[in-house]
Amino acid sequence: MTSEAIFKQLIPIISTYLPEDVSKDTIQLDSDLTAELNINSAHLVDVVLDVEDAFEIEFANADMEKLRTVNDAISIIQTKLTN
Amino acid sequence: MQITLEEIRSKLPYTKPFLFVDGLTRVDENGVEGFYTFNKNAEFYKGHFKDNPITPGVLLTECMAQIGVVCLGIFLLGNATDQTKIALSNQHIDFLKAVMPGEKVQVVSEKVYFRFGKLKCKVRMLNEANETVALGEISGMIV
Repeated sequence: MTSEAIFKQLIPIISTYLPEDVSKDTIQLDSDLTAELNINSAHLVDVVLDVEDAFEIEFANADMEKLRTVNDAISIIQTKLTN
Repeated sequence: MQITLEEIRSKLPYTKPFLFVDGLTRVDENGVEGFYTFNKNAEFYKGHFKDNPITPGVLLTECMAQIGVVCLGIFLLGNATDQTKIALSNQHIDFLKAVMPGEKVQVVSEKVYFRFGKLKCKVRMLNEANETVALGEISGMIV
């Protein structure tokens, strides 16, 4: 799966958990999920659980630690999908 | 070694006047049940409401969170840590019936999931007539 395709699928998942005052247009590849998009740590878990369902993969604690930006999410997903 | 109901209670980070757990009757990996009696002489009844004391919904929520999420969280973490800090992360509760001063309530909580430090539970509060007074979902983060 291309990173563009993954990104397209990620946008609606991330949008669900954005605070009301953050527009989904602010979601960029280099957006920091917590610092810039203001997703709190509890909703970050929700994002990951939805990603797991959408891509039929499973995140480990180590993946969670690496996850900071949208790009990080894409590379974790890509690695899981190719393995 | 499994943690006992009394050990869970003793590990709670609350004390009077903000402890809303009298005891637990059951706990396992999937859920917890406990009870609490709202003290009819509690200070807040003087103001909620004027001449019409009813237990505030925020305190029903707190009681549901302390039994349903924090006690279960302490059990799930086992003896991993002495200092368990669990912060409320989100909740949605529907209130169906009023809880009067001095009423004993039972809280029944079922784990939805516990992953990456987030514990999400479906929590129900029942009165002594076994009627549901409140139900909803509460999540906490281990911090």
